[in-house]
Amino acid sequence: MTFELTATVPSRGVDVRLDVAAGRTLALLGPNGAGKSTALGLAAGTLRPHDGDITLDGRTLARARGGRRTAWVAAHRRRVALLAQDPMLFPHLSVRDNVAFGPRAQGRSRRAAATAAKGWLDATGLGDLADRRPAALSGGQAQRIAIARALAARPRLLLLDEPMAALDVDVTPQLRQTLQHLLAEQTTVLATHDVLDALLLADEVAVVDGGRVVERGPTAEVLSRPRSAFAASIAGLNLLTGTWTGDGVATATGEVVHGHATHPEVPLGTAMTAVFRPAAVALHLADPHGSPRNTFRGTVRTVEPRGDLLRVRTERLAADVTPQAVAELSLVPGRSVVATVKAAEVDVYRR
Amino acid sequence: MTTWTSTPALGTSRRTGRDPAVVPGGLPRWAFVPAALGGLFVVLPLVAMGTRVDWTNYWGLITSESARAALALSLQTAATSTVVCLVLGIPLALVLARGRLPGQSLLRSLVLVPLVLPPVVGGVALLSTFGRRGLLGESMEVLGLQIAFSTTAVVLAQSFVALPFLVVSLEGALRTAGERYEVVAAGLGAGPTTVLRRVTLPLVWPGLLSGTVLSFARALGEFGATITFAGSLQGVTRTLPLEVYLQRESDPDAAVALSLLLVAVAVVVIAATHHRGPSR
Repeated sequence: MTFELTATVPSRGVDVRLDVAAGRTLALLGPNGAGKSTALGLAAGTLRPHDGDITLDGRTLARARGGRRTAWVAAHRRRVALLAQDPMLFPHLSVRDNVAFGPRAQGRSRRAAATAAKGWLDATGLGDLADRRPAALSGGQAQRIAIARALAARPRLLLLDEPMAALDVDVTPQLRQTLQHLLAEQTTVLATHDVLDALLLADEVAVVDGGRVVERGPTAEVLSRPRSAFAASIAGLNLLTGTWTGDGVATATGEVVHGHATHPEVPLGTAMTAVFRPAAVALHLADPHGSPRNTFRGTVRTVEPRGDLLRVRTERLAADVTPQAVAELSLVPGRSVVATVKAAEVDVYRR
Repeated sequence: MTTWTSTPALGTSRRTGRDPAVVPGGLPRWAFVPAALGGLFVVLPLVAMGTRVDWTNYWGLITSESARAALALSLQTAATSTVVCLVLGIPLALVLARGRLPGQSLLRSLVLVPLVLPPVVGGVALLSTFGRRGLLGESMEVLGLQIAFSTTAVVLAQSFVALPFLVVSLEGALRTAGERYEVVAAGLGAGPTTVLRRVTLPLVWPGLLSGTVLSFARALGEFGATITFAGSLQGVTRTLPLEVYLQRESDPDAAVALSLLLVAVAVVVIAATHHRGPSR
């Protein structure tokens, strides 16, 4: 392991344990205020742990016991670069000088720094913007330059704090692509609440909620088989818990959810979880008789846009349906609906 | 065909930087009357003084031996005081804006005291410190250093009254700029001194510049503390304001001519800071 962090910050209600292997990317998934930024601040050296150890490549960056610091490396000596949602390019420097800032600050010659800057600018595909001032860049360009600047400093650990959050939806795919390409060999911690970032950029995911890591594992596994309700909701998945009846999951509200079980041989009564995507859910005003589907009664709570579709939420479920369907069924908050999902669309696994 | 663009320069008056299409917010009509009076109150005395200037002898009046000595001394001491203010004031503003020391708000209040203190009182305070019988003056005299009633005293008096101007401007600029760029720079491996030189000071450059100009102007106009602490010795401590005050009795024409010179310097100084426009 090259980066390990175990720390508590009682003033922020944070108690986290993270580790990232060399060259890997760990995504911290969680809602705002979950403690992601605190974890990044601890790694960057802008926050002090009350208790804990932070090590990078065998070097102790911070150690504290009961609020007493026993080891501390200042932020500028850590080789930990932070990229936030705001690119924070130095407004008084050209794009080239921004990217060359890290190498220069670390004592490399003007020429070596300029060469490094050119290399990183070319790697982000923005080499021809080198002479511009940051004010003359679009948001997406500025963020890609900020990535080049961070990587030009050759950090041992790169921290990305919601790097797409401040950008227009139509430029995020390009930025994701840039990151995917550049982060291949870079040890990175990525804080995000967007599951797509985690899916495309991270090898592993740690779900942070209430200041703690509540779930962690390989990205594909956590996102396709979330164990916590929170992980499921951020993964954009519906998740129902209950007990195993031999051919389905009996929920606390009396439904039996049928689906594709990964461990059908488990004993009766075992705690199980049923997971399905909102797009697999259909909504009706009355019971569609005779169909071999799982049905759930509910009341519409919210309707909000989700790409070309609308996401309709009931008490327990989310369904992605077309705007036409919403209009035809007049799905407004308060409307009683029956949600159905085919058994083939449901994955059932052990909690 | 009409093309709509979001270029901010379009539809923006080049002279005022305002969009002529925007209706100004509610301003009560009556406010124009006291506003005009206020403007007149500042401008009229300056115009009045201009009418009193003896233009035919103007050149002679401002190039007399005593006038030239006073002007040279004023420029020299005000420039030195500005340097003193920069050397002491930049770190002071940094500590006040970025430090987390106990008693820091008290320190901030104390630094601002010369701003509201009558300058004569400042002169008395300096005399009690650096005078022959002063707190430090006695031990300095043992070392052969006499500060009171020397050119050094002029510089000290000017620095004393001018320092708050620099500190206030710069501290405000530092607070507005915030620490986020500095955090980013540290993450890129820049130590605190590099961050200060390459990020912090360039970012607060407009504030630093206006603070410097203001403290220079304040030093140039300093009178009360100077005459109390440094006296009025031609070529040594008699700066231009002191010369104006002295000539007012003996040669009113010379006093008006020198006053106009100070007004000219003040106008140049204000123009230098305020005519930079909203550049960012």
